[in-house]
Amino acid sequence: MSTTRAPAIEARRLTKTYPGDVTALSGMDVTVATGTVLGLLGPNGAGKSTTVKILTTLARPDSGSATVAGHDVRRHPDRVRRAIGVVAQNSGADPVATGRENLRLQGRLYGLKGAALSRRVDDLLDRFTLADAANRQVKTYSGGMRRRLDVALGLVHRPEVLFLDEPTTGLDPQARTAMWDEIARLAGDEGLTVLLTTHHLEEADRLAERIAIVDRGRVVVEGTPDGLKGELRGDAVHVELREAVGEAGRTLLSGALTALPGVHEALFDGRRVSVRADDGAGAVPALLGALERAGVGVASATVARPSLDDVYLRYAGRRYSEADAQSAQDLAVAGGVR
Amino acid sequence: MSTAVSQTWYMTQRQLMVFVRQPAYLLITLIQPVVWLFLFGSLFKKVVELGGFGTTSYLDYLVPGVVVMSALSSNMWAGMTTLDEIQRGTLDRFLTTPVSRAALMNGNVVNNGVVTALQSVVIVLLGLLGGADYPGGLGGVAVLVVASVLLGTVFGALSNALGMLVRERESIIGINTFLLLPLTFLSSAFMAPSQMPGWMRHIADFNPLDWAMVAGRSAMSEHPDWGDVFGRGGGLLALAVVSVWLSIRTFRSYQRSV
Repeated sequence: MSTTRAPAIEARRLTKTYPGDVTALSGMDVTVATGTVLGLLGPNGAGKSTTVKILTTLARPDSGSATVAGHDVRRHPDRVRRAIGVVAQNSGADPVATGRENLRLQGRLYGLKGAALSRRVDDLLDRFTLADAANRQVKTYSGGMRRRLDVALGLVHRPEVLFLDEPTTGLDPQARTAMWDEIARLAGDEGLTVLLTTHHLEEADRLAERIAIVDRGRVVVEGTPDGLKGELRGDAVHVELREAVGEAGRTLLSGALTALPGVHEALFDGRRVSVRADDGAGAVPALLGALERAGVGVASATVARPSLDDVYLRYAGRRYSEADAQSAQDLAVAGGVR
Repeated sequence: MSTAVSQTWYMTQRQLMVFVRQPAYLLITLIQPVVWLFLFGSLFKKVVELGGFGTTSYLDYLVPGVVVMSALSSNMWAGMTTLDEIQRGTLDRFLTTPVSRAALMNGNVVNNGVVTALQSVVIVLLGLLGGADYPGGLGGVAVLVVASVLLGTVFGALSNALGMLVRERESIIGINTFLLLPLTFLSSAFMAPSQMPGWMRHIADFNPLDWAMVAGRSAMSEHPDWGDVFGRGGGLLALAVVSVWLSIRTFRSYQRSV
């Protein structure tokens, strides 16, 4: 297509603060190479959606710059809009209109018409297995069908860059797997550049070639899923303590544990200690011994291959599920403030 | 057709379809004025005997009143639709496409105008069926329809602005229920001005609802006072322009707050 291999998306030091001093972005950097899938992974409220809103010209950043498909989002929002397809978190399809009518209207907004429009709409209906339901009102669709229609709406004009904001939230496991297959197909066959946001570790692991972990409005680490996991050499040993240890105790314990042969790192998170060891199973007796000597009671110990959750803990300084729960709580406290 | 015009048409078509596809809603919009016509028509039947109505049949007097009242009550809910579209994500979906921003707003205005015009014509026809007389002829009826469309535009645009500003249904419901009846009764909708208490008449002079009724009634009478028609009509037009401008401003501030 284009001769340059400039990144399809390039955002630099984006910041955004919403009224009420809610900081959504604090120096967000995102680069997505043309034809690749980047997963923005982070808990609710980490700044993923705000990033998507800025890159899709819905919102303006307070500072920083961004180009999408080679166009500056601030100076040429119109050119950006022609180049992108957006599948937002909220469906946005008209419930009273049929699937076909929704697609036709969307196509017209991009200037498609006549036979070309009809052909494109038929193709998409077929491809997303909506042909049988094409002439039914969208309000009769199941969650999975609606989501497929949303993706089809985002593709009507054959965009260069596709934004998928939490594409499988609210879908049952079966519909989610089907959607994953569809997204993988899009990225593979059509050479589309995709920016995907998700708070499912598994989803990012499965779909994205590169993952950027977002926490508190900026990217804390970026890499391939395997690379990120590989950086955590060896196995992860998760030890559940009977009670949490204080700040001083942690330093002491951490020193004692990493002094053991083959043990690289010990991260504390409440009552949990995550230890990285060359040979997880082999290290367990020594670890338990060290904890016993320190007078710390152990409730359980498990050995696992490192997961993205471990990567998250390492770079964001907290466990993923905890960050997610915390942000949900923050949102509840903030109430109507968005 | 230029892009902005054709896009305005797509947006209008989309909204008109919502209206047509929800028969219950359509029916209620049309039945309510019938209820008003027969309720008020029977209740106040003898009131014409007091004089000052310019006719001997109360129905003649009542039809323009109900037309204008219905224009107000159907348009003041426009903000609910806008709110739905914001919450459903439809508005954001359109905003990420190259669609002309003006077309998005115009679609609302044109759709509301078409629905109001349709509703007004139906009420006029129902009145005719009930034996009302319109000495001003088709021209007079046309003026009434235009006046009620303008009034609908004023309140539709304000309601949209309110929806985008407060983003909660409760506020729109509260303000609408608060306004509908006082605005209606502080006008010449059901009572001849000469029969109204003086202070009410003065307030009515500043009530856009009253402007639409005065313009419509005058044009529909045997000897229209064109000064009244154009004066009040011009006032409505100016107010409609200001309201639409205001709602476009709120739309811009909505975009900044996303």
